[in-house]
Amino acid sequence: MEQVMGKEKLIYSERGQNRKKEKNAIPSTGYVEHAGFAGFVHNLKTDITRNKVIYIMCIPIVVWYIIFHYIPMAGIMMAFQKYTPALGITGSPWVGLDNFTRFFTGPYFFRLLRNTAMIGVLDVVFGFPAPIIFALLLNEVRTKFFKKTIQTVSYMPYFISMVVVCGLIVDFTQSGGLISNVIAKLTHTSVQNLLADPANYWAIHIASNIWQGMGYGSIIYIAALSGVDQQLYEAAVLDGASRWQRCIHITIPSILPTIMIMLILRMGSLLQVGADKILLLYTPATYETADVISTYIYRCGLQQYDYGFSTAVGLFNSIIGTTFLLVTNAISKKYTESSLF
Amino acid sequence: MVVKKTIGDWIFDSLNYLLLAFIAFLCVVPIIHVCFASISEPALVDKASSFILLPLGKPSLNAYKIIMRYKNIWIGYRNTIFYVIMQCLITSVLSVIAGYITSRKRFRYRNALMMFLAFTMLFNGGMIPTYMVVNRLGLLNTRAALLIPQAMGVFYIIIMRTAIQAIPDSLEESARMDGAGELTIMFNIILPLCKATFAVIILFIAVGKWNEWFSALLYLPTARDKYPLQMFMREILISAQNSTNSVTANAGDLMDNAQMYKTLVKYGSIVVSTLPILMIYPFCQKYFVSGVMVGSVKG
Repeated sequence: MEQVMGKEKLIYSERGQNRKKEKNAIPSTGYVEHAGFAGFVHNLKTDITRNKVIYIMCIPIVVWYIIFHYIPMAGIMMAFQKYTPALGITGSPWVGLDNFTRFFTGPYFFRLLRNTAMIGVLDVVFGFPAPIIFALLLNEVRTKFFKKTIQTVSYMPYFISMVVVCGLIVDFTQSGGLISNVIAKLTHTSVQNLLADPANYWAIHIASNIWQGMGYGSIIYIAALSGVDQQLYEAAVLDGASRWQRCIHITIPSILPTIMIMLILRMGSLLQVGADKILLLYTPATYETADVISTYIYRCGLQQYDYGFSTAVGLFNSIIGTTFLLVTNAISKKYTESSLF
Repeated sequence: MVVKKTIGDWIFDSLNYLLLAFIAFLCVVPIIHVCFASISEPALVDKASSFILLPLGKPSLNAYKIIMRYKNIWIGYRNTIFYVIMQCLITSVLSVIAGYITSRKRFRYRNALMMFLAFTMLFNGGMIPTYMVVNRLGLLNTRAALLIPQAMGVFYIIIMRTAIQAIPDSLEESARMDGAGELTIMFNIILPLCKATFAVIILFIAVGKWNEWFSALLYLPTARDKYPLQMFMREILISAQNSTNSVTANAGDLMDNAQMYKTLVKYGSIVVSTLPILMIYPFCQKYFVSGVMVGSVKG
């Protein structure tokens, strides 16, 4: 790291000398600092001549990003239009904020917002601690073989595709399905199709997320736990700390930075509830609890071809998502010193 | 560290082992159930009221015989393998290039470029505008629609960039002294030094692609012959009951009670579609572990 820093400094000082020698005149070679737009153009030219191949390699990457990320960002203009594909973005009539008002005053607005927020929040509340607890429990295991086996087995659900996971959910929760039977036995009621009842959707969604992600999510915590200084434990044992005390006062504080970073990451995408799983699991009967913003966008845009409207809903969704990410990041920067950027 | 165990420790340890064993059991039990049910006797499977941990009745491969007859699964298989290989090639090479150029110190605008790329993580156009672009490019219902829109990801680029940054500059300089060009440096000097990271990226891409279905739903609205395996799995497992009927209908001449095998066909196709990944992942574990580490360190 130090070496790198030294190197950077060296380059900067070279640039500084150049500037001193040539004063404000733009030199024929080398870079200039603070020379406005002309200076930028000059620097770019110099850089291109020096790193021709790098710039050639840049082209496909930049072009791809423009086409598949920046043009769609420009396509957000559709949100303010009554867009029809035949007329295109340039020809479609502008309607101002009509699409947004239609969404905000529409019958589904609160339902969508509530479902998105609830699924997002519940997923963090239950899904975030699960891998940490699992890693802590695993950390107490001293038999290496047992530990390794449990770890490997616990990653497995992560590698099963979403379609198959949802297929299993559908199969197990149908009336007479295996999970339905277990629930029926536990509650002494006759259970019909669990997935068809809107009251169950959140629980099914979150529980299956935990099932699929817990083992894989614990990887990072297990790695952090293996880095904890063993001398701390030895000292604690000499001081007579119990196992529980060691966990609370050594283990958890040691992995707290990792937990915080993961929490920020998780919070940042809290309201970005993906459409793919819900599209597989929901039915019109469970829209009441299962329909979220992203699935609504899919239905409006790609099934009802209401492009302008669904783009508006999408814009609303990404603005909320981005704001959430920035706010979480700022809060965590202020209080925990760990931040993403 | 040798610590004398107290009674409390014994109790905690045994409970902990039991709990972890139970968690592990929960993780595998659906797959065990699916595997064994698919070779059991269909009538017994439909009646079973708990997870099947051993084949019921006389084991047979009848369900698999029906699946073998079902063309779509194999079309899906072929397509998925094609998509996985192509996506691995495209994305890994582009990620290496992007990681390489954004880590070159002599490239003055490397950080500006990285910002340009990373901004897309913060904000994006969303599903519909991206769909419109793919549509306008004429990619809809082509195989390219599953490959090109996913050609790059900032996540992979950051992983690659972090790995490349850790390589000392002096290596590049000495290679340059010896007359190596940019491409030689990148592929012959830098890439061999971050082989492990490269492997991680390829694994992530491959697993992601194998399991992907949503972009096929978006971009292949009518091209059934180009569907990846997961789209056919969706039809068999979720869409409607009559799709399993169409699977079993193919096998009418094979056995007269083919209709009985509906559930077993479902399970069998899960096994067929999932087994390759489940066979491979235990051996790639350590790569995944290191990939998760690199990825999260950089955010």
